[in-house]
Amino acid sequence: MTDTAKTDTASFTARIDETSGNKIITIERNDETYDFIVGSGPEGTDIWQRVPYDADDYGSVADFRTDFDHADPTYNPNAPEVWKELREGGCPVAHSDRYGGMWVPLTNDTVTEVAYDTENFTSRSVVVNVGRPGDRALPAPIGGAPPITSDPPFHNMARRLLLPAFAPKMIEPWEPEIQRLCQKLLDEMGEITAGESVIDAAVQYAQNIPVNVIGRMLGFPEKDEELFRQFVHDVLERINEEPGTREGGDELGVYIQQQIEDHRANPREDLTSYLMNVELDGNKLEDNVVGGMVILLLVAGIDTTWSAIGSSLWHLAQHPEDHQRLLDDPEVMTFALEEFLRAYAPVTMARLVAKDNDFHGCPMKKDDWVLLPFPAANRDPLKFEDPDAFIVDREENRHAAFGLGIHRCLGSNLARLELKVAIEEFIKRFPRFELAGDTRWSVGQIRGPRELPVRILEVAN
Amino acid sequence: MRVHLDAEKCQGHNRCYALAPELFDVDDYGQAILLVEGDVPEELHDKARLAASNCPEYAITITDNG
Repeated sequence: MTDTAKTDTASFTARIDETSGNKIITIERNDETYDFIVGSGPEGTDIWQRVPYDADDYGSVADFRTDFDHADPTYNPNAPEVWKELREGGCPVAHSDRYGGMWVPLTNDTVTEVAYDTENFTSRSVVVNVGRPGDRALPAPIGGAPPITSDPPFHNMARRLLLPAFAPKMIEPWEPEIQRLCQKLLDEMGEITAGESVIDAAVQYAQNIPVNVIGRMLGFPEKDEELFRQFVHDVLERINEEPGTREGGDELGVYIQQQIEDHRANPREDLTSYLMNVELDGNKLEDNVVGGMVILLLVAGIDTTWSAIGSSLWHLAQHPEDHQRLLDDPEVMTFALEEFLRAYAPVTMARLVAKDNDFHGCPMKKDDWVLLPFPAANRDPLKFEDPDAFIVDREENRHAAFGLGIHRCLGSNLARLELKVAIEEFIKRFPRFELAGDTRWSVGQIRGPRELPVRILEVAN
Repeated sequence: MRVHLDAEKCQGHNRCYALAPELFDVDDYGQAILLVEGDVPEELHDKARLAASNCPEYAITITDNG
């Protein structure tokens, strides 16, 4: 029962331990060996499954109230309708037996309550998948990708290390850089004939923007952009595969360790070097903590913003009146930006139940998943007037696109800037465009178009 | 009109700083700093209301003092 895979830098050997039944994946890299243990209980494992889960046993979702699955291919394309139907049907919290048990609050009040309650809900794992962190995984309150996977009190220490790098005044100077990048991507689309040319606004435009910016901030080689995108896909979209078989998870760790070593050999001014040199209680961070933070920045910084840009262009392709308003009255962007973020918030987070608790009549058990759909909270009629309407100049807009409470998206200022510039440059170049064929939506917790063919109807001179 | 900022509630969304930079600044960690003490000048009342009604954490409140 042995299979071996080779990468450039490491080898992985997997075997089943006969006594415990655990799967042991031995990772050898340079002179180091590490056993990664996958089992059916938390004791002595890095990752465990509460019940063996095979998505094929469940099939497609018939009723989202009792069998919720955000990875069902029908979910992301229709999510606003799903939330509305459940709420109007008197279901503020949905449930599913999938993933070993998952709860899904759908109202602004219930989402907010979970986000603020760090006692009953832990952030130790924030992507719902078939495995949960075991005893051997980096323990709470640290988690594998601090600070997003951290709980208080470590959370605040880890977060304060990263906050200054993403504060508004550090991000503002990137604006001209992002403008140049967007213009370059538009130039690279080649000759555009108004009324005829069809381009893919997700593949040729949106997906390239955040990956380039975060890669440059981290000081990673530009040629590796395609690699980053593959890593993100592995982490966020392939959630139904058995833990330990998801290729890419290990490779991402290897890649980042290589980058850390390269920065050690060739010190330079960037975010990776900053994290390697920053001190916590007088000590530099261990490589694995630096690596975890880098993974977080890479994963969180890429397809989230790419999704927001894509969804916003998807909206504009169908609403020329909003498009025209932005062209006629650029000042309205202050409000439009927040309305794009509210109506098309890309990010759903997750928590694990930390201890058994009764949540508004839902008997939550330790280690149940709780999905945290901020995008659903953003369309709750009890919080927002006419929530399913996109109001380009909506003035009161306390949306939760970047989360609420202590885990507010660290990169929100960067994301906002990228989204604003990406929309501005696109509509300036193409004053009119429309959908041209089927939009393909992502699968999983990050919602946005992955393929977005649009026909260009007008090109600016 | 007076503006109040609850620093404990602020999570650094920076909405106030974007909407009313005359009234709010941000520190190196992105946390809001209230720039006015006492009465808010008349011409900034709308901006103050805008900042208060867009804070996702309800950290900004306004009181009218007649």
